[in-house]
Amino acid sequence: MHEPQRKPDDDLILRVEDLAVHFPLGGGLFGRERRLLRAVDGVDLSLRRGECLGLVGESGSGKSTVALSILGLLKPTHGHIVVDGREVATDSQSADRKALARTVQIVFQDPYASLNPRQTVRRTLEDPLRVHGVAAKSEIEDRVATMLKHVGLRPEQADRYPHEFSGGQRQRIGIARALILNPKIVICDEPVSALDVSIRAQIINLLLELKDTLGLSYIMISHDLGVVEHMSDRVAVMYLGRIVENGDWREIFERPAHPYTQALIAAIPDPLRHAPLATTGGDLPNPLNPPNGCAFSPRCRYAEAVCRSEPGPVLETRPDGHAVRCWRSEEIAGQAALASSLSGHP
Amino acid sequence: MTGVPLVEVEDLRIDLDDGSRRVAAAEGISFRIDRGETFGLVGESGCGKSITALALIGLLRPPLSIGGGVIRFDGKEIQHLSAAGQRELRGNRIAMIFQEPMTALNPVSPVGRQIAEMFVLHKGKSWREANQLAVESLASVRVPAPERRVNDYPHQLSGGMRQRVMIAIALACGPDLLIADEPTTALDVTVQAEIIELMRNLCAERGTAILMISHDLGLVANVCRRVAVMYAGRIVEERGSADIFRAPSHPYTQGLVASLPRLGSRAALGRTRLKEIAGVVPAITGFPDGCRFNPRCAQATDICRTVAPHTDVLEAGGFVRCYHHA
Repeated sequence: MHEPQRKPDDDLILRVEDLAVHFPLGGGLFGRERRLLRAVDGVDLSLRRGECLGLVGESGSGKSTVALSILGLLKPTHGHIVVDGREVATDSQSADRKALARTVQIVFQDPYASLNPRQTVRRTLEDPLRVHGVAAKSEIEDRVATMLKHVGLRPEQADRYPHEFSGGQRQRIGIARALILNPKIVICDEPVSALDVSIRAQIINLLLELKDTLGLSYIMISHDLGVVEHMSDRVAVMYLGRIVENGDWREIFERPAHPYTQALIAAIPDPLRHAPLATTGGDLPNPLNPPNGCAFSPRCRYAEAVCRSEPGPVLETRPDGHAVRCWRSEEIAGQAALASSLSGHP
Repeated sequence: MTGVPLVEVEDLRIDLDDGSRRVAAAEGISFRIDRGETFGLVGESGCGKSITALALIGLLRPPLSIGGGVIRFDGKEIQHLSAAGQRELRGNRIAMIFQEPMTALNPVSPVGRQIAEMFVLHKGKSWREANQLAVESLASVRVPAPERRVNDYPHQLSGGMRQRVMIAIALACGPDLLIADEPTTALDVTVQAEIIELMRNLCAERGTAILMISHDLGLVANVCRRVAVMYAGRIVEERGSADIFRAPSHPYTQGLVASLPRLGSRAALGRTRLKEIAGVVPAITGFPDGCRFNPRCAQATDICRTVAPHTDVLEAGGFVRCYHHA
């Protein structure tokens, strides 16, 4: 991280501006065209202190690439990431990397794969403290015991190995590992999808409690929209490397404005009805060969000529803060309102 | 032979031989599926739902084996069928699709050939005829440009397209029963909707019954007419699918329904703390005595800890295995 910069908005703990991550994929020899995978392109995000930002979208939409960039684990092609008033250096030197690790941490999806099977829980929790200069043995012991209590484990369980724990307990260890350095931002990347269904509620409740007691800010990445709705204050929807909609959770779920967000929500099965699921048609396009204009246009039921022409739609922010990347979102909202007034209410 | 259910499972027990002893990975499994019906088996990993399906299609392999009970298909007992008899049934009359189509498909064979094989092996067609039928099959699962796609290898297709190919293979010989084991778990939600609708429509057109297996109670309740919930190797409740969500009867099912954040509930009720199910899922080698849910159940009494409950038939239809059910 560089010099502390002036903070334009003290309320923001994280600002991502015009982030792009491109991966060159071979080619280029013998005059062939070099292929470029635009995994993330032109992404703006902000996270307020104490807020949970839900990040949703299908696999391949760029959610995890954004997360890795914020963690400093992936070098952005261009753009700025400002964490707690300091810009994340793109040429990460190790001192900066350590400072960033004390501020931003991640809880991984799979607690079976993300814990070292040969290390006791104590070792897993102590290592980060040592690396970050906590030397006093008594302090290390105290912090490990306190953290285990925070995540609902007993301090005497610290000397066990990961295989002695159930999936839910392992995820508690994963959360403890993320929180041991007292970070301000925690990225939760599908934190419950690898867990048994009957265990998920325990972990969701724990994450929400910890957010309040420790004053954390979350980025919650999930494909489970029920979980995202439950946890998030604001929600950003990604499609093919770009944000297509961003707004207050209630706006996103009750009045989704982008046809893709509408399709995502409509595709969720209603357990109380045998009604057919709403289908969109088609798969996520090949990111190496994205469609012209709006990336969702080949799957969009509202698409017209303008949607398929370059340049594609821009992310426009309405006065209420709800941002949508769609040429036709106002017309579509009008149509939806008309349809519900015709069918629903007498 | 109307009146005879397509599938009848009675008191099925599946043993797991861990070298020194046999433990029942599933026991007392009974259910029936009528022709053209949609039936769901729901439960967490290790509850025995997938091995029940494998027993049905004759694919249980050591250390798993059928330890007792009867499986009738179309009125005939099939649990002790010879390998040849099972092959005859499999593919022709019972077909299965799996969670991860990449591992279920042969990576070094074009998908068209893998479909055509079904017609050659089970219907005695020539390869020439079979290849033509493969194109038609791909068209029926709505793969665009099927005459070109038959030449593609699995890695050239997206996850959704691969699952369409799996469905094409499974339905090639017009089976009476399609077993779908977590068919959309590896897929995104919009692709899941496509695959579920495809499966539902094709099976409805052809009168194929579906046995759907999933951990996702919401999805199964939407797709199936009846649902059985499994916990630790036993069916604890079987109900009409709408009933199971509206008025679950077993404390485990009640816990599952209450613990899931449902879309729209926060807008309607505000953010309430999710109801947790205490404890953890028991391991196969350590199933508790009595009702297997008793260590996690708030209503458990002495009898729950010693004697496994029998099935109670519910007035509203279905049954439940619990002394204190709703």
